[in-house]
Amino acid sequence: MRRSKWLHVPFWATYVFLYAPIVVLVVMSFNSGRSAYTYEGFSLKWYGELAQDERIRDGVVNTLIVAAGSTVVATVLGTLLAVGLARYTRSKTLDALALMPAVLPDLVLAIGLLVFYGMIQLTLGLYSVILAHGVFSMAFVAAVVRTRLSNADTSLEEASRDLGAGPVVTFMKVTLPQLTPGIIAGALLAFTLSLDEFVIAFFTIGNNEQTLPIVIYSMIRFGVTPKINALAAILLLVSFTAVIVGQRMTKIGESRAED
Amino acid sequence: MSPSRGRRLGAFVFLSPGLTYLVVLLLVPLVLVLSYTLFQRGRFGGVVYEVTGENFSRLIDPLYLSVVGTSLKIAGLTTLLALLLGYPTAYLIAQLPRKWKTVALVAVVLPFWTNFIIRVYAWIILLNGPGLLNSGLKALGLGPYELLYNQGAIILGLLYSYLPLMVLPLYAAIERLDPQLREASANLGASAFSTFRKVTLPLTVPGVLTGCLFVFVPSFGNFVIPEMLGGGKSVMVGNLIRTEFLQARDWPFGSALTLALVAVLVVLLIAQSWVARRA
Repeated sequence: MRRSKWLHVPFWATYVFLYAPIVVLVVMSFNSGRSAYTYEGFSLKWYGELAQDERIRDGVVNTLIVAAGSTVVATVLGTLLAVGLARYTRSKTLDALALMPAVLPDLVLAIGLLVFYGMIQLTLGLYSVILAHGVFSMAFVAAVVRTRLSNADTSLEEASRDLGAGPVVTFMKVTLPQLTPGIIAGALLAFTLSLDEFVIAFFTIGNNEQTLPIVIYSMIRFGVTPKINALAAILLLVSFTAVIVGQRMTKIGESRAED
Repeated sequence: MSPSRGRRLGAFVFLSPGLTYLVVLLLVPLVLVLSYTLFQRGRFGGVVYEVTGENFSRLIDPLYLSVVGTSLKIAGLTTLLALLLGYPTAYLIAQLPRKWKTVALVAVVLPFWTNFIIRVYAWIILLNGPGLLNSGLKALGLGPYELLYNQGAIILGLLYSYLPLMVLPLYAAIERLDPQLREASANLGASAFSTFRKVTLPLTVPGVLTGCLFVFVPSFGNFVIPEMLGGGKSVMVGNLIRTEFLQARDWPFGSALTLALVAVLVVLLIAQSWVARRA
């Protein structure tokens, strides 16, 4: 391995590059001064100001509403679609259609929906974002559930049908219980994607509401303060915890499946 | 119930809700955008349904072509830098002991799961006039430089946002390689470099192509990063599209720009699968 020693330079450069901005962001959130750039001393005051900011509180609530709504839509429709595609058709076109929202650039989907909502004269708001997030989240749920389906044992479903159960009963009593871990994973993915999504929400939310990423975006345009850093630090903590817990849960799930 | 009737009922029950949703909220909107490229703009936004080729002739105006050129250049440089940084990283991760492999991979992906706007914001803090990098340079007796609001800052922001998307497919491709191939090459007297050039690199071309595509696609159509770090309003195609739809309210021309964006990406996808098949 001595010969590949020079590889260590870009390797460590990657990690420094990925984490240095995050460290700076968090350190600056504890700044007692007004500046987001120059550190003057330790203080928690920006976290206090954060808690009192109504715009941010509304943004958090809106983001959670959108994420919850679109996750429900995406999980129900995505699961059904995955079962339909895996068990009831061999169409490559339908496969491609189901995957399309995940591959399409977000800006293109955002423009399409803006034009469509304008055409049917829908008043924009949280529900138009829920419908929009449902489109791409559904593609991810369907993809995750399908991987689970392709590993599932089809003989149980066949046995159920041979014994006279219709497709709906077979689905409820046999397929669905087998799919539960996949559905939960898909729903978590849909929820996380919606929480962070900016571009599609920006185009389809209209002028009266804001999700948290949009609140942050417009705050930054008015100038940077340590308050944004404090918000950033909290969001970093939330998503890092979620990823690590998610990682642990998949591991536990895998080891259970192996038992 | 007869089996074929059961199958048809099943297909209907499972497929129709999701497909209806996709047709109404994905296909119809895309067809609308496509058809808007042929119409004229209304005086106060919206469209007038009179067919015109004007939107396409405006596309080849040198002004807009140069924006497309800049977008290609910025996305291309970002992809190249991501490859230069990502390949050695993925290569080393693939050789770590199993336990450290997971840690290293999670550490690459972790920033990707945090809020996109926050990640871009971090670079404003670092690059801004009184920001940290300039303070560091000042301590060395240099600067201050205007690091923010230029194409370099855009490339840095894009690289930061999409580097994980380069590392993951590269890692998957390198991990799959049989280490015996490299050993054989070394045993036959090849230097480390020629083993890399003749064995490792050719066998990981599909991973390289996937990674490049994963970085190029979101970079090329981006409007948030050029707006936050690039200063100027119409540096990249994404900025133009955003302006046409939300400010200039010229939806037909905005649609034509969107179509151009998709066209570039489709050409790239075709080129990618062509190269992948030959490799």
